[in-house]
Amino acid sequence: MEVSVSDFDNLKATELRLGLPGIDAPEKPAPVSPRGSKRALLKANEECWPGTSKSLEADTSNQEAQPMAKAQVIGWPPIRSYRKNSFKARKAEVEAAGLFVKVSMDGAPYLRKIDLKVYKGYKELREALDNMFRCFSTGELSGMEGCNGSEYAITYEDKDGDWMLVGDVPWEMFISSCKRLRIMRRSEATGMPSSP
Amino acid sequence: MTYFPEEVVEHIFDFLATHRDRNTVSTVCKTWYRVERLSRRSVFVGNCYAVHPERVVARFPGLRSLTVKGKPHFADFNLIPHDWGGFSLPWIETAARGCPGLEELRLKRMVVSDESLELLARSFPNFKVLVLISCEGFSTDGLAAIATYCRVLRELDLQENEVEDRGPQWLSCFPDSCTSLVSLNFACLKGEVNAGSLERLVARCPNLRTLRLSRAVSIDTLSKILARAPHLVDLGTGSFTIDHRAEAYHKVMNNFIKCKSLRSLSGFWDAAPRCLPAVYPICGNLTGLNLSYAPAIQCADLIKLIHRCSKLQRLWILDCIGDKGLAVVANTCKELQELRVFPSDFYGGGIAAVTEEGLVAVSSGCPKLSSLLYFCNQMTNAALITVAKNCPHFTRFRLCILDPKKPDPVTNQPLDEGFGAIVQSCKDLRRLSLSGLLTDRVFLYIGMYAERLEMLSIAFAGDSDKGMVYVLNGCKNLRKLEIRDSPFGDAALLEDVGKYETMRSLWMSSCDVTLGGCKTLAAKMPGLNVEVINERDESDEMEESPSDLGRVEKMYVYRTVAGPRNDAPDFVWTL
Repeated sequence: MEVSVSDFDNLKATELRLGLPGIDAPEKPAPVSPRGSKRALLKANEECWPGTSKSLEADTSNQEAQPMAKAQVIGWPPIRSYRKNSFKARKAEVEAAGLFVKVSMDGAPYLRKIDLKVYKGYKELREALDNMFRCFSTGELSGMEGCNGSEYAITYEDKDGDWMLVGDVPWEMFISSCKRLRIMRRSEATGMPSSP
Repeated sequence: MTYFPEEVVEHIFDFLATHRDRNTVSTVCKTWYRVERLSRRSVFVGNCYAVHPERVVARFPGLRSLTVKGKPHFADFNLIPHDWGGFSLPWIETAARGCPGLEELRLKRMVVSDESLELLARSFPNFKVLVLISCEGFSTDGLAAIATYCRVLRELDLQENEVEDRGPQWLSCFPDSCTSLVSLNFACLKGEVNAGSLERLVARCPNLRTLRLSRAVSIDTLSKILARAPHLVDLGTGSFTIDHRAEAYHKVMNNFIKCKSLRSLSGFWDAAPRCLPAVYPICGNLTGLNLSYAPAIQCADLIKLIHRCSKLQRLWILDCIGDKGLAVVANTCKELQELRVFPSDFYGGGIAAVTEEGLVAVSSGCPKLSSLLYFCNQMTNAALITVAKNCPHFTRFRLCILDPKKPDPVTNQPLDEGFGAIVQSCKDLRRLSLSGLLTDRVFLYIGMYAERLEMLSIAFAGDSDKGMVYVLNGCKNLRKLEIRDSPFGDAALLEDVGKYETMRSLWMSSCDVTLGGCKTLAAKMPGLNVEVINERDESDEMEESPSDLGRVEKMYVYRTVAGPRNDAPDFVWTL
């Protein structure tokens, strides 16, 4: 295949460099180390800012600073490893545990258990509960928008022991504080305040 | 003054509070040198490789308190390879031989082994104070030795160390006769704790004023301890998980009420929001509060707590407090001197935490603010200019915008003017950390205005060698300069080689300095150690001989009278 001038330009555009795409940084010599050039390339991918390895399809006509890729630069942000490790450990604890909570439904003979982590939001949760408890109810479950058509309200017990209506707080906050779920009959629910 | 008898001169020297002053008077004449060295009780060694331990011990035989620092600051962020150095053993061995009267040892960023702790414990009969900060290499067995053999131990202070857990028995090693403890901080330990031993230890130490518990200590144990030690001034709460409906909650609250002397709180490792009211009774007395290890407590509950802390001088918090929470801080904590806001989500892109608004609010509400560490998602020049005007008393100003090289989001400009305003307004600024998009201009300002600056941290900043040169030429009091990922090369490095002998150290990583440049520096300045750090990869078969033109990844330069060190690992070349 012939290499035309424009092809050559594009080739240069996709070159791995240490710098923002579109900036003509002067050619820098490879860093000194016993590993030689292999290491230089590896370092360019890992440590250099911004993520140059991702810029293979970079648009070089865009001369202004592009938003930074969320690559992880070594030693950044400058937080003591002790602090980073203790947060990491805590996160790992939480993640490993999964978030299995019991789900009860008024009138149903047995309870179920679900892992809240697998759902991305309230809609998915509602659908899953719907599927799980369909056989016990005549209508659809809904506790989110408080629509009048439904027979049931979905509630949860939070870390403090209070019974709350599902759907008020952001999803992340909900799954971090939900201890169990209860699908409550509307007739019981109407006496409840909607949120604390 | 030379006609006074030496005892009088010595007595006068007693009034000199700082190391700097004592160092200065020792250079006046031989007599003063002698008087000073024989009466010196406390020595601070900022870089363990700047001087041989033997020389320190020989010069100051009456030494009672020794402080030594090892690895450079960027070691905190994993930029220094694990076995670079900073070993405490030579210092402890030498002190054991030369000044058996040693009472206090403080080590920071050093490698401390169980062997050295055991030697320490056995060698100094009058040993009273051990402080280890950001150290590693030891286990709870080493602590057991300290507990067993240091008969008059007053302080055992472990701050943010990586300690290997070999079981809870170390705490039981404090003999029944140990009643002298004033301060015990083992918050950084990860293993189990023997609650009974801890309670008995606290009960028999009537002078205990500081107690910082580790995460493994339950609220039940805390409650019992508070009942036994209501005179505590500084408390780290341990895990602080309570089921708020249980009796334990009310007991602990009642015990807190009795702690009239409590001024500083930290810990709260697993605290849930509903448990916080247990400490409300003493909030009004608090001068220090550290909630930076309590990610479960969100903005609303933080605000409820802080509303009650009108006397707060020092606040360490996570950024989930948000700008709204910082506004509450500004309205409530009029005595605030030090604020640290840490990120709860390290890699950004999370829930918008704190921005320039929070900082501006605090600066306007807290005129005594002098020390700041602030991690945020964005900052504007306008905000920094306002902060500079509101708070001219900053001595420490460390700003970390999580996104490197991020410009002012409103104007899209670099943050040169903002930081320029800070250094111009804050005449007493001693420590500064920069972040965000910065050109050479900010360094021009720093060189021009930051006369008292002693420590400067630079990352992803500057355009050319000129930036670094402005700083080296301008900052007369600069002691530590650390730079990463900035375009400074040999020309800047070699512009004023004499400057480095007036400084403790210079660190440069991922900059444009070459091996040749480092070699030139080393050749010109024999009073400096120029270390080049090259981490090796096992998979490389052939070692290419490095060219002088090659860039150096990591370079550490420091003044020393000890010559090149003999404990450097393979990957550290001292040129």
